[in-house]
Amino acid sequence: MDNENKGILIYAEITRDGELASVVLELANTAQDLAQKLGGVEVNALVISSEFTQHSIFQNNGFDKVYVVKDEKLKYYNTEYYSKITIDVINETKPQIVLIGATTQGRDLAPRVSSTLNTGLTADCTHLDINEKGMLAATRPTFGGNLMATILCKNMPQMATVRPKVLKKAENPIVKNTEFIEMKPQINGIDPKTEIIEFIKNIQTTGKRIDEAEVIIAGGKGLKSPEGFKLLEELANALGGAVGASRAAVDAGWVDHSIQIGQTGKTVMPKLYIACAISGAVQHTVGMNSSDKIIAINKDPKAPIFQVADLGIVGDVFEIVPELIKQLKG
Amino acid sequence: MKIVLCIKQVPDTADIKWTENNTIQREGVESVINPFDMYAIETAVRLKEKLNDAHVTVVSMGPPQAEEILKKAVSMGVDEGFLVSDRKFAGADTVATSRTLAAAIKEKVGDADLVICGQFATDGDTAQTGPSIAQQLNFAQVTYVKEITDYKDGVLTVKKEVEDGVETIDVKLPAVLCMLKCDYEPRRPLIQGFVKAHDAKIQSYGMDDIKLSPEEVGMKGSPTYVSKAFRPEQKQGGEVITPKNPQEAAKMLKDFINR
Ligand SMILES: Cc1cc2nc3c(=O)[nH]c(=O)nc-3n(C[C@H](O)[C@H](O)[C@H](O)COP(=O)(O)OP(=O)(O)OC[C@H]3O[C@@H](n4cnc5c(N)ncnc54)[C@H](O)[C@@H]3O)c2cc1C
Ligand SMILES: Nc1ncnc2c1ncn2[C@@H]1O[C@H](COP(=O)(O)O)[C@@H](O)[C@H]1O
Repeated sequence: MDNENKGILIYAEITRDGELASVVLELANTAQDLAQKLGGVEVNALVISSEFTQHSIFQNNGFDKVYVVKDEKLKYYNTEYYSKITIDVINETKPQIVLIGATTQGRDLAPRVSSTLNTGLTADCTHLDINEKGMLAATRPTFGGNLMATILCKNMPQMATVRPKVLKKAENPIVKNTEFIEMKPQINGIDPKTEIIEFIKNIQTTGKRIDEAEVIIAGGKGLKSPEGFKLLEELANALGGAVGASRAAVDAGWVDHSIQIGQTGKTVMPKLYIACAISGAVQHTVGMNSSDKIIAINKDPKAPIFQVADLGIVGDVFEIVPELIKQLKG
Repeated sequence: MKIVLCIKQVPDTADIKWTENNTIQREGVESVINPFDMYAIETAVRLKEKLNDAHVTVVSMGPPQAEEILKKAVSMGVDEGFLVSDRKFAGADTVATSRTLAAAIKEKVGDADLVICGQFATDGDTAQTGPSIAQQLNFAQVTYVKEITDYKDGVLTVKKEVEDGVETIDVKLPAVLCMLKCDYEPRRPLIQGFVKAHDAKIQSYGMDDIKLSPEEVGMKGSPTYVSKAFRPEQKQGGEVITPKNPQEAAKMLKDFINR
């Protein structure tokens, strides 16, 4: 194995709103553990952006160095620019491990980078460790969460994308005297082939996104209409949560696909998931069965959703949910 | 426009069975086209119907029985299909898979303008094959695509779903698109489709045909390997209660939530 490579590099994703993506701090915390197990190697970050003002976050989360690549052209994520820069920085700084959040941005960027470097990339991990040989052991769900696989990488750097909201942020993060190193982007020769010409933000009636919410109230076919989902919104507001849906509700046109949960939708793992009038087909449950606590409300006592629920209530959503909202407010 | 579709055969998630040793049983399990690839097929066929000079070729890397899904794609309106199949391809990770598919596209299709993949496969679920093919072919890429809305002068306009909304993106061809679930459903083949599929010749190409070496494919050509596979702890269903009235139900729920 190539002994030249040393340290952990975290891709510090900046969101459209110019903020540090929350998965970065989750990665930072786990990276500290991994770095310890590797005998105290550095934990560094790469920031690609049009401006950079977040110095204190990096100092307060134990980063040794932050490589900053700034340019007007880098205001929004673009595959060509961002992958070229990431590859250049990896080649220059030679980390042994590269960690990237498994966000839409991260999952667009990471395979482009790993494929160029001809190195391994483990997708959408839920657990990271260092094995007895000092290699990154990345564990991830496959077959829709039916099987877990621990994957190792023969080449350097060892790369992984990590699912947001699974690893924990540090409660008492280490403060470090972080070194900020500006690097010049080598992107002048690149003619980007893609251009964002419009962006339409989702209307979130509850103000929360399902991939970030700690509480999700999900509705299915049994809600019968868009109005049924208004009821769930009310409950979501009372609990500070977000509204999700089964595919049947999305296909009926009552709600947007962006809130669909399951195999052809999103995977979520909130602290509390309340399934309202959802039958619990596997294609739905693979997207939510890792939630901490699951409640199901369904008229049919034989509904399969009850097999994954911690508490199952047999009854009518239209009678129970309004009453619950009343009691929660009361 | 030369369009290439990459599709994969996966076990039906509704039909996953376990062996005594906690490994996934592969024999006798229903195989289907990866659900996202169905949307890729539908999107390709729609684009073909809109343009008058488009040709769609579908390709899959897999065992000989993957011929079935290629025929299914032909029945849905794809022009032709071929299989990339070789014992040496076994154990490929996403780097080796995309290298193999990219080589097959270059050798057997030539200058493709557009490659359409699914966003994820439901077995591996890495979402890495599409972008890696794009890198290998040196094509542009757009992932998480929901729809192609326009095509003009070598530029496709597509909608991409991201965490907080939908982006409209112009992408210059050649490019790779990775498709999410669309707002429209994949079509059911018509009778002519079945006839066409029945008559279709599905060629199969091995490693030598696509000019790769043993070091570049399969397990050998893969930088990653699985060190351990295990079954996650199964969730046990909790209590299922039929409360007397909505008030009692709501109280139980409230207590549980506050616990
Ligand atoms: C390839 C593929 C991919 C798929 N991907 C997904 C996916 O990503 N996500 C997904 O969710 N599904 C997905 N599905 C579909 C999935 O198989 C189910 O069809 C779907 O989840 C069913 O949705 P549902 O539970 O809302 O509807 P139904 O199955 O119709 O269930 C409605 C339930 O509501 C109950 N009910 C009715 N009225 C009331 C009431 N007033 N009070 C209480 N209970 C009531 C009924 O008892 C019933 O159990 C996929 C399917 C396929 C084939
Ligand atoms: N063996 C294969 N043959 C053809 N296409 C594939 C293969 N594996 C993956 N793909 C394509 O890559 C997409 C993503 O797969 P994955 O990276 O495995 O999640 C799939 O939806 C297919 O379009």
